[in-house]
Amino acid sequence: MSTDTKAGTLERHGLNDDQLRAMLRNMLLQRQLDNRGFQLNRQGKVPFALGSEGHEALQAGAAMAFDRGKDILAPYYRDLGLCLGIGLTPYEIMLSIFARESDHNGGRQFPNHYSSKAIGLMSFSSVLAAHLPHAVGAAYAIAYREQAGRAVLATCGDGTTSEGEWHESMNFAAIHKLPFVMLVENNEWAISTPLSRQMAQPEIWKRAAGYGMPGRRFNGFDPIETYAAVKEAMDRARSGGGPSLIEGICYRYLAHSTDDNDLTYRTREEVLERRKQDPVPAFEAVLVEHGVMTPQEVDAMRKDVLRETNEATDAAEAQPYPKPADLYTNLYEGAWQPWQS
Amino acid sequence: MAVVSNTSSTVMNNVEAVRATLYEAMRNDDRTVILGEDVGARGNVFLITKDFIKEFGPERVIDTPIAEASIVGIAVGMAMEGLRPIAEIQFADFIYPSFNQIVGEAAKTRYRSNGEYTCPLVIRAPYGGGVRGALSHSVSVEALFYHVPGLKIVAPSFPADVKGLLNAAIDDPDPVLFLEHKKTYRLIKGEVPDGHYTIPLGKANVLKEGTQLTAVSYGLYVHWALEAAAQLQESGLSVEVIDLRSIRPMDKTTILRSVEKTRKLLIIHEDNKFGGVGAEISAMVAEEALFHLDAPIRRLAGPDVPPMGYALPLEEEFMSSPAEMAQAMRELVEF
Repeated sequence: MSTDTKAGTLERHGLNDDQLRAMLRNMLLQRQLDNRGFQLNRQGKVPFALGSEGHEALQAGAAMAFDRGKDILAPYYRDLGLCLGIGLTPYEIMLSIFARESDHNGGRQFPNHYSSKAIGLMSFSSVLAAHLPHAVGAAYAIAYREQAGRAVLATCGDGTTSEGEWHESMNFAAIHKLPFVMLVENNEWAISTPLSRQMAQPEIWKRAAGYGMPGRRFNGFDPIETYAAVKEAMDRARSGGGPSLIEGICYRYLAHSTDDNDLTYRTREEVLERRKQDPVPAFEAVLVEHGVMTPQEVDAMRKDVLRETNEATDAAEAQPYPKPADLYTNLYEGAWQPWQS
Repeated sequence: MAVVSNTSSTVMNNVEAVRATLYEAMRNDDRTVILGEDVGARGNVFLITKDFIKEFGPERVIDTPIAEASIVGIAVGMAMEGLRPIAEIQFADFIYPSFNQIVGEAAKTRYRSNGEYTCPLVIRAPYGGGVRGALSHSVSVEALFYHVPGLKIVAPSFPADVKGLLNAAIDDPDPVLFLEHKKTYRLIKGEVPDGHYTIPLGKANVLKEGTQLTAVSYGLYVHWALEAAAQLQESGLSVEVIDLRSIRPMDKTTILRSVEKTRKLLIIHEDNKFGGVGAEISAMVAEEALFHLDAPIRRLAGPDVPPMGYALPLEEEFMSSPAEMAQAMRELVEF
């Protein structure tokens, strides 16, 4: 990995052992929870699941650069690890998958459309790039109130950069030098559409120059390099230095969702070839090689993650569905009819 | 009118009423920001926010890029994080790029987060024709939005209502689309009570009492309907005129009470007839008061073409008139 220096020492970018282990645990948890969602779907227990496999390192690293209790996250639907990393629990993830009453949105939204105001996780829809003006508006609110030390981290996939609102958001954030970081998780696929059909110039980070903001591309298979890139941008945003566009390279190992068959547009060989880059075993090996963890500790962590996933699954599954009457609440403040009498 | 804090009043037109109300909101609450195209140095194309930027600064009176989707979208994000934005769409015709932000995002923010996030947002949009605005400065957009749960829609006709309803919209904890008819901006003047007051959203106003026909309208056409009703009064025909004021929620009680009295209903609006607001009112009255009716419900509304051709004969053909309204009223009274 690129974090290995010639001298064989690990470039930590200030991360201590606990933080490195926390990133690995996040990655293992992502993998396990993703896997569980697909299993539950194939068992006929849930209608839909969507995975982030291949994004684990990028999201674990980015979440480590998020300042809990201060920063705001405006994610998209393939951000399981980021949401876990800023404080959402596996139990909350499972409530979302099972669409239970005690889910944050009461079982209204698709799985992976998390929100939690308490941890600064903004609510979003499935309409791509529609959340980015919200993120910019939130950043404006931070700047307007002169709240130094806070910033908004917004994410999207490579396909979303084609949307008009992506441009509009970048433009406005740049004009007002807002505390805003646009993190693009470039996994090369937008469902079935490859990057080459999404844009003629494939280096998304280079668009930063057009907006007059710093841009940077980083290896999203490496959580430490990701952390460093996101932290640099977030620190700049928090200290009045304005927005940044950062692009992490990753890959989507799974189909778009449980409703997609990716073999209709790419080959198994291509995916297997890219599996050689799998960030999860790679980061395990890095931590073992550099003495941060023993192989036994890694193994114990995997087991602990499986235990936590099992417990979260069972606990969430045991929760009740929302009631039919819950369909009608929280549309407006108070009770409501379109006809006023 | 809900709360009038004192009895003095000032005569102003609708532009001045919008301006005075926005000014008061900016003075009273520093969470309030105004954003839109040319709202700053230019003071809005109708001069509604003239000089606001000098008093409140560019941080609160924000000249946005020409990008309607993000004007609304950024306002949604501000509202989610505790500001009280008032977004302006320069002409309602330009609202289409922001359709998803209004329908898919603002209207659903509270619902899709099950109440964790809210979207206290006002979107102001000058609308309507009869101003030589051609195909892209004339439209009425209410029917495109009144279908949508999660929105509230207001379309006042009189300066006093502009103030009371805009205050209510600004205070409202949910997104409100506030439609201002351009032709009434300087044409319509009236007494506006001084001091702060609100008019509840969803309450229609019986402007003229009558016994033989109920005419329901909103916006510019309310004024023409009043003119038509006054003409009929001279021939001894009695028409009740209701100004809806709010499109969503809509005031069922006032409409039904009137129809049950007059036993005839004419709905008048400038927006296209097919699928327009009149269709919902007709269906509601047919469901709830059919056996009170002595005549078929009639709608006098915009023809099924895009509003509206630029050349004067085309515009006049699209628009109704007090004379046409008077004729429709007479026919229905005499049915």
